[in-house]
Amino acid sequence: MWEYAPAPESRDIANLKPNYRMFSDGQFVEGTGEPLKTVNPATEEVLAEVSTASTADVDKAVKAARRAYDRVWSKMPGTERAKYIYRIARLIQERSRELAVLESLDNGKPIKESRDVDVPTAAAHFFYHAGWADKLSYAGYGPDPRPLGVAGQVIPWNFPLLMAAWKIAPALACGNTVVLKPAETTPLTALVLAEIIQQADLPPGVVNIIPGAGDVGASLVEHPDVNKVAFTGSTDVGKIIQRELAGTRKKLTLELGGKAANVVFDDAPLDQAVEGIVNGIFFNQGHVCCAGSRLLVQESVADELLEKLRVRVSTLRVGDPLDKNTDVGAINSREQLTKIQELVESGEGEGASRWTSSCPLPDKGFFFAPTVFSNVSQAMRIAREEIFGPVLSVLTFRTPDEAVAKANNTPYGLSAGVWTEKGSRILWMAQRMRAGVVWSNTFNRFDPTAPFGGYQESGFGREGGRTGLEAYLDV
Amino acid sequence: MSDRISVAKTYKLYIGGAFPRSESGRSYPVTDSKGAFLANAAQGSRKDARDAVVAARKAFPGWSGATAYNRGQVLYRVAEVLEGRREQFITEVSAAEGVPLKKAQSTVDQAIDRWVWYAGWTDKIAAVLGSANPVAGPYFSFSTPEPTGVVAVLAPQQSSLLGLVSVVAPVVASGNTAVVVTSQDRPLPAITLSEVLATSDLPGGVVNLLTGRTAEIAPWLASHADVNALDLTGAPDSIRADLERSAAGTVKRVLRSRAAEDFTREPDMSRIRAYLETKTVWHPMGV
Repeated sequence: MWEYAPAPESRDIANLKPNYRMFSDGQFVEGTGEPLKTVNPATEEVLAEVSTASTADVDKAVKAARRAYDRVWSKMPGTERAKYIYRIARLIQERSRELAVLESLDNGKPIKESRDVDVPTAAAHFFYHAGWADKLSYAGYGPDPRPLGVAGQVIPWNFPLLMAAWKIAPALACGNTVVLKPAETTPLTALVLAEIIQQADLPPGVVNIIPGAGDVGASLVEHPDVNKVAFTGSTDVGKIIQRELAGTRKKLTLELGGKAANVVFDDAPLDQAVEGIVNGIFFNQGHVCCAGSRLLVQESVADELLEKLRVRVSTLRVGDPLDKNTDVGAINSREQLTKIQELVESGEGEGASRWTSSCPLPDKGFFFAPTVFSNVSQAMRIAREEIFGPVLSVLTFRTPDEAVAKANNTPYGLSAGVWTEKGSRILWMAQRMRAGVVWSNTFNRFDPTAPFGGYQESGFGREGGRTGLEAYLDV
Repeated sequence: MSDRISVAKTYKLYIGGAFPRSESGRSYPVTDSKGAFLANAAQGSRKDARDAVVAARKAFPGWSGATAYNRGQVLYRVAEVLEGRREQFITEVSAAEGVPLKKAQSTVDQAIDRWVWYAGWTDKIAAVLGSANPVAGPYFSFSTPEPTGVVAVLAPQQSSLLGLVSVVAPVVASGNTAVVVTSQDRPLPAITLSEVLATSDLPGGVVNLLTGRTAEIAPWLASHADVNALDLTGAPDSIRADLERSAAGTVKRVLRSRAAEDFTREPDMSRIRAYLETKTVWHPMGV
C-alpha cells in the first residue's frame, strides 16, 4: 500500500457552534425536549448540543406549517415557489464546503464523499425540483394537480443533508409545507439547511426542522393535522408507521431497507466489476439502503474475482473522515457498530469464511475494517439481513436463471446490479430482477431526474423524476 | 309450447382457471333485491383464498412477461366475449342489483366498454409513465413501470359487474394477477364473468374470483405474505383500518379507494398507477 501524507480538511470550515436550536415558524427556537449531544463518530467527542422537540413543539411546528400552507404557500403561483427553491439550491452550492465538512464531522463519512456526492446532489435535487413548481400541469397528473398540505418527513442518518433535500425539494415544488425530523445522531447539516432556508427568505413555517429521537418522529407522523408522511429508514420502523397510518387519509411513502444482489457474470470485465463491487458495498461505510451487499458471482470466475477483490479492498484507507485520502470513514454510532459486529459474528458462527482487510484502524472512534464473507449460503443471516456496514457476503451461481432466483430471494427489492459485457443479458436480467433500481456495469448512481425507490418490503413510492412528484400531489 | 324445466347453474369459485367448489364445502343463498332465491354461491374460505394466491403467483411470470400487445388483445377479447353474452348479463345484473332491464343494459354496455378502454392502455402505460432520465453524467438511465405482483381486490359491494370490471381490469392490464373477493350479496354476475374470462384466452390464474363473506376472507389476503397490493374498495368500513394494519406486515401497497366511487364515470389512470412499480435502469455510456 502506498503511503500518503495526511491531507485533512480543516474542521474550522464547518463553523461548528456549541449549540444548535430547532427551526420552527421561521425562527430558531429552543426546543423543550431533552437536549441531545451529537457526537463525532470518528473521535467520540461531543460536537454540539442540540435542542430537541417535545410533543408540544411538534404541534407548534405542524401548526406553523399549516398556517404557512393555508395563507401563503398553497396560494403562491408556482413561478414564485420555483424561485425560492432555486435560491436554496444556490445557497447550498455557495456553502458547499462548509456543509461537506460539517457532514463528515457529524456523520463520519469521508470528506471526498460528502464533498463530491452528498452536498452537490442535495443542491441538484433542489435545482431540479424548483423547475417543476410551475410545470406541474405537464407532469401527467391532470391539468391542475393539487398539493396535499402539510408533509411530515422523517429521515435517516446515512445521508443527512441529501435525504433532507430528497424530502423537502419535491414537497415544496408541489406546493406542500414541511415539518422534517432529522436523525438523532446527525442533526447538524439539516439545521444549517434551515439557516439557508432563512437566508433564502422562505415564508415562516414553510419548512420546519425539529431534531429529536424516534419519539419525535412518532408524534410527527401521528399528528392529526399532517396530510402526508414520508419516511426513509428501517423496514421495521416503516411497518410501524404504515400500521399507525391505517384508517387515516394520510398519504404515505416509504423508502426502507435493502439487501441488494450485485450479479457478476463470467464475461464481465472483472477489474471494472471489482471497482463497482467496492463502490457498491464500501461507499459510505456500507450505510446505504441500496448497498450491493450480496455479491452473486458466476462460479467459474468466483476464485479469480475474489482474489482481485481482496487485493483491491486491502488498499482501502479507513480512518479520519476529514482526510481527503480516506476511502472508508467512521461507523455512524456505537449502536450501529455493535449491530455490525453482531451480524459478522453470526456469519462466522454460521460457517461463512471471513476475510477482513488488515488496514490500520484509528485508536478511537467507531471503525470497522472492510470485510468480505465467502462460502455464504442463502439461509445465513448475513445473506438475508441488512447489515448496513462495510461487510460483503459472496454467493455463487451457475446459470442466469439461478442468478435471478437468488437475486430475488429476499423480501426486499430496492436495488440490484449486473455485470456482463452482453447487452441482451443485461436487459434480460434487468427485466427479471425485482428491484426499483438496476445498475448495470455500474453501481450506486443517483440523480434527481432518475426515480428511486423499492419493491416489496423496501417500501413504496418513488423519489426523483416526474414519477416522484406523485408522492406530494393529491392524485 | 310446454313449460320446459330450465337447467339451473351451479355457481362456483374461479381459481387457477378452474371452477372448484369451496374446499370448505360451504355455500350461501343469494337472493335478488326483493329477497327471492336466485342460487347458492360458494362460500370461499381461508384455504380457498390461499389457493387463489398460489394460482395468481404461478400465473404472474407468464402474464407480466407477456407482451403488452398480447395483453391488450386478451383484454379486448374479454370485451368481445362479454358482448356476445350481453343479454345474459343484463338479466343477471338486473336481478342482482334490482334495477330495471334498461338500466342494467347501460351498465353492462359500460362494463364491456371498460374492458375495451383498459385493453387499449396495455401498450401505452410504459410510454406515458416511463421515462428516459437526463442524468448529469455519462449514463443512459431509463425508468419503466412494472406490475407489482399479486393484487388482492375487494370488489365493490353494490356495483356487481361494472364496479367489478372497473377494479379488476386496471390490475391485469399492466401485468399484475388478481385475487378478487366479489360483492358478497351480489356475486352471481362475477361468477358468470369468470366464464367469460375462462374463454377469452386469459391464462388461468391471472384473475381468480372468490365468492363469500368479504369480512371473513379479506383479513387472510391482507396479511398474506405473497400478496403485494390490496384494494380496499369493497371492504366493510368496520374492518378497513384492520386490513390496512395487516397489510403493513409485508409493506403492501394499499389502495384506499374512495367510498361510493362512481363507476359510470370514465376512469383515469389512478387505478393503473396504484399497482405499478417504477424500475430505473442505469448503464454507462462510452466507447
